[in-house]
Amino acid sequence: MQFRIVKKAEIGKKKRALIFLGSIFAALFVSGLFLAFLKLNPFQVYIAMLQGSLGSAYRIEQTIIYAIPLLITSLGVAIAFKMKFWNIGAEGQILMGAFLASYFALNYSHLPRPLLLLIMFLAGFVGGALWGIIPALFKTKWGTNETIITLMMNYVALKWVVYLQYGPWKDPNASGFPRIANFAESAVLPELMGVHVGWIIAVLLTILVYFFLNKSKKGFEIAVLGESVNTARYAGVNIFSTVVLAMVLSGGICGIVGFIEASAVEQTLTKDITGGVGFTAIITAWLGALKPQWIVLASTLFAILIQGSSYIQSAFGVSTYSAQLLEAIVLFFVLGSDFFTRYKLIIDCPILSRIKESGK
Amino acid sequence: MKRVLTILLSITLVLALAVGCSQAPDQGQDQQEKMKIGFVYIGSATDAGYTYAHDQGRLMLEQELGDRVETVIKENVPETQECEKVMTDMIDQGCKVIFANSFGFQEYVKRVAEANPEIIFLHCSGSIQGPNYSNYFGSIEEARYLSGIVAGMKTQTNKIGYVAAYNIPEVIRGINAFTLGVRSVNPEAVVKVMWTNTWFDPAKEKDAAVALLDQGVDIIAQHQDTTGPQVAAEERGCWSIGYNADMSNAAPKAYMTAPLWNWGAYYVEAVKSIMDGTWTNEPYWGTMKDGLIDLAPLTEVAPEGAQEAVTKIQDQMKAGSFDVFAGPLKDQSGQVVVPEGSTVSLEDQLAMKWFVEGVEGKID
Repeated sequence: MQFRIVKKAEIGKKKRALIFLGSIFAALFVSGLFLAFLKLNPFQVYIAMLQGSLGSAYRIEQTIIYAIPLLITSLGVAIAFKMKFWNIGAEGQILMGAFLASYFALNYSHLPRPLLLLIMFLAGFVGGALWGIIPALFKTKWGTNETIITLMMNYVALKWVVYLQYGPWKDPNASGFPRIANFAESAVLPELMGVHVGWIIAVLLTILVYFFLNKSKKGFEIAVLGESVNTARYAGVNIFSTVVLAMVLSGGICGIVGFIEASAVEQTLTKDITGGVGFTAIITAWLGALKPQWIVLASTLFAILIQGSSYIQSAFGVSTYSAQLLEAIVLFFVLGSDFFTRYKLIIDCPILSRIKESGK
Repeated sequence: MKRVLTILLSITLVLALAVGCSQAPDQGQDQQEKMKIGFVYIGSATDAGYTYAHDQGRLMLEQELGDRVETVIKENVPETQECEKVMTDMIDQGCKVIFANSFGFQEYVKRVAEANPEIIFLHCSGSIQGPNYSNYFGSIEEARYLSGIVAGMKTQTNKIGYVAAYNIPEVIRGINAFTLGVRSVNPEAVVKVMWTNTWFDPAKEKDAAVALLDQGVDIIAQHQDTTGPQVAAEERGCWSIGYNADMSNAAPKAYMTAPLWNWGAYYVEAVKSIMDGTWTNEPYWGTMKDGLIDLAPLTEVAPEGAQEAVTKIQDQMKAGSFDVFAGPLKDQSGQVVVPEGSTVSLEDQLAMKWFVEGVEGKID
């Protein structure tokens, strides 16, 4: 018996949706086995996950608070991915955005709130954009591998923030504990309908990125460049400026996440500000097929998964690690299912084919 | 776009149905009025160290108060806004009392406590109080002093390593007490300090211990939450002093003893006082006399005669007649900071920012 993997032709939307749903069910089934092994009723746990993430106004708010950074970061990396520029550096771009925004929050807290928040917003964008331009320049000028550069720059940004937190920016009033002072009220984003206004930024950015990618000339050029550099060149696309612009936007949007998280959620700068969102967003961006409208859905579902598994930890006394394993099982199947939308598995089995032939 | 909307809507509908049709596990009718208590843990309940000790206290609380309490825990909570969310989630799930077990939670405890005046918050190792929040800790220094006696008698190189988390007063106090214990039996010995800037990171803690062993220390003591440093000592054939729990499983040939917390003693008392309405926001400070602090039984690795030396001082501590920080105390430069006949007040202990003579290391 032999297995062969064969590339499939484009498949229809219906079939793709079926494969996706199938993967969800497979994930639920396997996690169910795991839960049963822990002597828990899987159905009760799944329902509790939904209740924990959507069961009350408060829980929905918490889910949205998870979804906001995930959604915006996914939009950011999607712009670069559309160009097949592998921006793995969202973590660093978020950190640098948070750093620059925090600089203004800590030093200009006397400014009126709207003005200071606007400055911080722009600073967040600039911080992230700077961290995005560097790999873009390296790639266009010297043909370096952007995956490596963006990945490595995450650690540079992280070490920089760690240095600030443990060194020059350490709060002298924290009795030696390495934390940066809390922002003044004027540097904290206000709430609207129970959730910080980051959600409005997220909605606006979704619409903007949708129009940018689908309706603008530059957005089209990015897509062409992603399909084939030579085609783009032949069509007269300025490769240098397109790559730089895309990475300014990609990094800048991630930088805005840094601003939002520092201002509204953490209310200070910490080395843990990203919460790993820069990597998770790569997954949600792909799950959303790099389309803003689908990314909203993917980010929301992912936030439900995170909030729900956080809830079952205390509701059922499931350990952190088990809850993370549930998240991982879902991811494994959903991402793995993508394989079956592009390839098919052919089993060469002499007995089977003989039976088939004899039946003919 | 339309298709996306349809799918979104139908998913929401299905979810809403699922939520509506089911009964939450935490909404089940309780025959009795159970008090729900949340524990926010910095580490894992299975870390065999700090959080493990707290969780043993929680289990003791459940055992002592039985049907009257229900506890929920959340492990590996970072000292960031995440812990604020964890506490708010616990309140959402019906918790009336919340214990938070790490210093860095302080800022967030204060914030959540002020937003939820009807909930009582108890924060371990911090220093601020409000109408509905306070803190609890104790004089682990006493046990550290005793463990210092054991180390001081055992060392052959007269160099002892101390893997320490953050340079905050709590840790500095412990290093000083340990060093005073060491030098009470061995005035030649020095204690070398290595900072890790983490409470909970087995690999990093172990690396710090290895670095100390490379500098010629033959005993490793620790103010860390895991057994990483113990393992390092075991692998080098050296000896070790644990912390928080009996760590002999991790390092059977190295481990001699460990300063212990008996958190259950406090948890039971605190919850009882909240139940009968006698709780006040007075910070709790437990001692060896109160049973909050103890020293783990000495193993066979411990030096001869150590048991007698320890018991002698421990009896005085239990009687309340031994003061670890009684003068004269010299600082690292040899200057007398606490003159004979005086001591370090609890207030000054809680703000301690200097090392005693015999410590090799810097507080930046």
